[in-house]
Amino acid sequence: MSDAVTSSTEDVDVSRRKFLTAATAATGAIGVAFVATPFIASWKPSERARAMGAPTEIDLSKMEPGQMVVASWRKQPIYVVRRTPEMVAALAAVDSKLKDPKSAESAQPEYARNDARALKPEFLVVYATCTHLGCLPKEHFKPGDALLGTDWPGGFFCPCHGSKFDMAGRVFAGSPASINLGIPPHAFETETLLVIGVDPAATVQGAA
Amino acid sequence: MAATPDSVPAAKKGGFRVWLNKRLPVDEFVESQLTGYYAPKNFNIWYFFGALSLMVFVLQIVSGIFLTMHYKPSEAEAFNSVEYIMREVEWGWLIRYMHSTGASFFFIVIYLHMFRAMMYGSYRGPRELLWIFGMVIYLALMAEAFMGYVLPWGNMSYWGAQVIVNLFGTIPVIGPGLVEWIRGDYGIADSTLNRFFALHVIAVPFAIALLIALHLVALRQTGSNNPDGIEIKAKIGADGKPIDGIPFHPYYTVKDLVGVGVFLLFFCGVIFFVPTFGGLFLEKPNFEPANALSTPAHIAPVWYFTAYYAMLRAVPDQQMGALLMLCSLVVFFFLPWLDRSPVKSIRYKGILSKIFLTLFVISFIGLSYLGLMPAEPIYVVFTRIFTVLYFAFFLLMPWYTSVEKCKPAPERVTYHA
Ligand code: HEM
Ligand code: FES
Repeated sequence: MSDAVTSSTEDVDVSRRKFLTAATAATGAIGVAFVATPFIASWKPSERARAMGAPTEIDLSKMEPGQMVVASWRKQPIYVVRRTPEMVAALAAVDSKLKDPKSAESAQPEYARNDARALKPEFLVVYATCTHLGCLPKEHFKPGDALLGTDWPGGFFCPCHGSKFDMAGRVFAGSPASINLGIPPHAFETETLLVIGVDPAATVQGAA
Repeated sequence: MAATPDSVPAAKKGGFRVWLNKRLPVDEFVESQLTGYYAPKNFNIWYFFGALSLMVFVLQIVSGIFLTMHYKPSEAEAFNSVEYIMREVEWGWLIRYMHSTGASFFFIVIYLHMFRAMMYGSYRGPRELLWIFGMVIYLALMAEAFMGYVLPWGNMSYWGAQVIVNLFGTIPVIGPGLVEWIRGDYGIADSTLNRFFALHVIAVPFAIALLIALHLVALRQTGSNNPDGIEIKAKIGADGKPIDGIPFHPYYTVKDLVGVGVFLLFFCGVIFFVPTFGGLFLEKPNFEPANALSTPAHIAPVWYFTAYYAMLRAVPDQQMGALLMLCSLVVFFFLPWLDRSPVKSIRYKGILSKIFLTLFVISFIGLSYLGLMPAEPIYVVFTRIFTVLYFAFFLLMPWYTSVEKCKPAPERVTYHA
């Protein structure tokens, strides 16, 4: 034993030492990554937050044409607008002023990727959060609105940085927002009962 | 056991001080860091702001600890607990106003401190790292101030958090997932408030304290720059100390105390007479509780962020806007390498450097003002002009600092006794 101690300084195998140091460091780094995982994952929405994300039901029977109600699903405000036939008919006229008239870049379920961006053209269901940085665009449905000028065709205006959207939540050119308002999954359980948070196939509506 | 004969006189002679210094290098520390640390003798008023930053930092920590004793970090209770501090906790209003006013004064002091470094070329070699630590402190301070502003859970807290957190959503691919991870929910929620509280009271302040220590160690290593932008270490006297230097203690400790006195005069004036500073230090919508269904008519952050906010708004594309804002901060880190002038201080630089620095100051103040205004077209035009000037200061610097005619820097510091 004492032999090994005295001779150890002379024949150190440096490359072996380097290898062992590197191997230990690598093992340690993997360990750190494993230990970090629970801490990082703890920031994800908890079980409770996820459970609170259940679908929301809205009774449409009391809505007047041209009226908007604000619903809430998964802590996000959602606008439900009962559009008048004139509002729907006027949509095509603004296509040329929009950034994404066909909603090619925007987020919506397939069944709402159409001219009216809706399951039923009469009802617009959109996330009320501006696609710029998340403020709530305000309703300015009246064409020629005092704030937005005589050529304003009617739609939404975001007070935060001035993004403008049409009556289908499509963004106008010149806005800081780049894509149209998002559309949440939704379905009509009956003629007058809207469910936000499920796709049509999952409800009786699938048959209709 | 009796003490040995020679150990008794030794203990008597030195007393407690010797006993202590054998165990903790107190005298050595005071000598190396204070009485034996030589700083240039030509410091002017601009050299108050480092010491003042340190003082405001301590003030924020102390007032913050006492606020934490009454504040409740939950969606249901936060707003009311702040009202409770203001109305029912003895002297609670004073502690809260100290903290909220302290945040604004922190930025005033830091902006002046940074401007000093820009005037006198303090960011240049050998002080590049000192400058970089400073910039990291500045970024950490912004994070700290932002999360602090969320805590009272007023309506501006809520919507400010919404807008700022969504900035991370503009990062390609990982953006949306990242935003959800930061919030811990599908919207700004209890979980967001709770984690911001944890970061605001312990994680970020701790990091800032560490960074301040690094900042000061780096400063001790290179020594301070001065208004003439020349190195006092280049002229060493017979005693081995810089001829143009004086001991930090007592000369500058005493000078800094005067600065502290004047600072506190202004500070107390604001706390006692105009604590909200007309909506600049505490914004009006924040006196209403957070409401997820109502955006304040006009969202603007607190004044110290509005220059960057203005730039964000000026771009008609959210990804580009966020990127521009990022660049406007990152570009500061490169200052040491953008400046090609043969002299450091603005005193000896040419006319172009003076013009560009002035334009930079005007645009920074202009942008700060515009960021407070609503996003109307005429303001957007001005914002774009100022944004261009802001970046011109940095990006044209290699050009204008190398072509202009400078005065020769003096051999010794200029000083009027
Ligand atoms: C918590 C924040 C900070 C504290 C407590 C702090 C503290 C100090 C102190 C005590 C000094 C020496 C005294 C003086 O020169 O005024 C100093 C110097 C300096 N600081 Fe800071 N500082 C902070 C933030 C910053 C920031 C944000 C920057 C810039 C990005 C910065 C850049 C510098 C530079 C370049 C010097 C050397 C100046 C010279 O020698 O001319 N510091 N700091
Ligand atoms: S959040 Fe709507 S325009 Fe910026």
